[in-house]
Amino acid sequence: MTTVLGTPAGPQRPPDRATRKPSPWAAPPRPVWEEEPSRAGQAGKGLVLGLACLGILFPLWIVVVTSLQTKRTIDEAGGLVVIPKSITFVAYQELLTGGQVQRATLVSIGVTVVGTLFSMAVSVLSAYGLSRSGSLGHRWILMTLLATMFFGAGLIPTYLLVQALGLTDTYLALILPSAVSVFNILVLRAFFMNISQELIDSARIDGAGDWRILFRIVMPLSRAVIAVIALFYAVGYWSAWFNASIYLTDQDMMPLQNVMIQLVQKQERPVGLSAQINTGQLSPLAIQMAVMVLALLPVAVLSPFVQKHFKKGMLTGAVKG
Amino acid sequence: MSHSTVPRDTTGTRTPEKQAAGSGDTAGPGKGEGSGTPGTTPGKLSLRLRFRRDRTLILMTVPALVLILVFNYIPILGNVVAFQDYDPYLSENGFVAILESPWIGFEQFERIFADSAFWHAVQNTFVLFFLQLVLYFPIPILLALLINSVVRPRVRAVAQAIMYLPHFFSWVLVVTVFMQIFGGAGIIAQTLRRHGYEGFDLMTDPEIFKYLVTAETVWKDAGWGIIVFLAALSAVSNDLYEAAAMDGAGRWRRMWHITLPALRPVIALLLVLRVGDALTVGFEQLLLQRQAVGVDASEVLDTYVWWNGIRNQDFSYAAAAGLIKGVVGLGLVLTANKVAHLMGEQGVYKK
Repeated sequence: MTTVLGTPAGPQRPPDRATRKPSPWAAPPRPVWEEEPSRAGQAGKGLVLGLACLGILFPLWIVVVTSLQTKRTIDEAGGLVVIPKSITFVAYQELLTGGQVQRATLVSIGVTVVGTLFSMAVSVLSAYGLSRSGSLGHRWILMTLLATMFFGAGLIPTYLLVQALGLTDTYLALILPSAVSVFNILVLRAFFMNISQELIDSARIDGAGDWRILFRIVMPLSRAVIAVIALFYAVGYWSAWFNASIYLTDQDMMPLQNVMIQLVQKQERPVGLSAQINTGQLSPLAIQMAVMVLALLPVAVLSPFVQKHFKKGMLTGAVKG
Repeated sequence: MSHSTVPRDTTGTRTPEKQAAGSGDTAGPGKGEGSGTPGTTPGKLSLRLRFRRDRTLILMTVPALVLILVFNYIPILGNVVAFQDYDPYLSENGFVAILESPWIGFEQFERIFADSAFWHAVQNTFVLFFLQLVLYFPIPILLALLINSVVRPRVRAVAQAIMYLPHFFSWVLVVTVFMQIFGGAGIIAQTLRRHGYEGFDLMTDPEIFKYLVTAETVWKDAGWGIIVFLAALSAVSNDLYEAAAMDGAGRWRRMWHITLPALRPVIALLLVLRVGDALTVGFEQLLLQRQAVGVDASEVLDTYVWWNGIRNQDFSYAAAAGLIKGVVGLGLVLTANKVAHLMGEQGVYKK
């Protein structure tokens, strides 16, 4: 007879298997309307995905493995090592017990930590200050910040300014000129604006001022986006080398990236280590690779932890501008 | 500390703001202070009262504002050296030196336009821009479609974690990693040599350089680029796919008629941003490889400014070149945005 509303797609849902927790590696149940994927299609997808991941991981694998090899293994392989035959931490011991690379690593860590804290303080404060719609002047301040995204002042005037301010040869030159990213402020602001107004109003009625609202309500609710933005800033400071190359003249002050340019790209010998390398205990190549590992390790370890928040942070920024 | 409980008439200003956000206003807030619909705005407060109410908020924005004014706005004024014959040795203080340097009008610009090296840098900039547009731009879209079709949650998370990773590496690291693979002492050349073939060094080959640079950009940022597209894809309602499947649309037709249209605004926005930023084609990346590959292949506008200004200390000349880049760049952003509007897309901002 006539079925009234029960179209085929209707209430015939697949049985709910939520009783047993499915393995995260397994595919979730397919909706009934979706056709079975073809074997060839799945294999092709897996292949492309696998190749893409391999293309990223293989170079890193070579670098890490070679940094852990003895001079003999490296000499036998004729350079870079793909399959590890020995494991030794000599290169790291050498680098981190004094000398140029140890100092550069400490400089980089210092600049990154201080810079990130400073940038976050400035950005969170201004993002909150701009996030309460209807407040006096926030539109003008916002416009002033936004305009900088369309017109860069240029390298030379900035360079002359940093010189005129007397920042050359100080670590402030590595922090102040790039301390604020308007984009990051916008992402934070968009997130803060989404926090329920009722919550903030009720705190205000209870006598909380803007400082207390920011520290006790807004920031605890925004841990995810704050973690993402802090990572962005930290990576920015950790990766920066150009400002150091134009504002610092003292070689002893150089951060890790600049030392990496000298040692790995220009193949210079590390200061204070040449003796061990010359005596043949240690391959210069292992030293170079160890410097690269030092530069990539903090980033590679930290970013996956923040990964699950990336989309949230990027999305709010992209949608609300 | 302000404990004022004067309301910030949220009902009055929030409503127009939501409309503005919906119509793609990057500036966020609405049309103007007084544009709240009459009736909902509870009588305008005096400026003094509003200042007393909001002074904490204003105070909070001061550090960022000062940094932006000092490091983004004052240098804009510093561009006046482009119209001077700036001599840094006129005074200990750079500001005084600018004031005392002689004005020469557009002489620097005439010198630049007569310089074949400048035009060569312009040409390299555009070649790299187009190459990146054609070879780089589609890759994140394709990768996002691929990742989006992976249904196993753990596989998806691991693949994403790996693909995002290189974005957080510095350019120094990316270039040195490429050296280990494609360089003269890299793994490929090394393996070839061990098997009796001749090695090669892609890192110093001026002919290949533009493709190498593009490959480096893909390796570093293509994985990260998928994040925006994935966000757009996750906003597509599953009902659309179900309805289409009911109407007999297969896998590919669903992608063509549902998935791709959902990505269209994002693609348009990213294209506008890319075209607006066309004159910036990887400054740090090119600077790092400038020595190895030679000036002819690697000089672009940004490195040209760096070379003439920082290296040769010809500040006025370099500032003029930088100013040309800034003004043309601004024009490109505005034009690209206009074109996007004409094509019915949102673009970056709206009047």
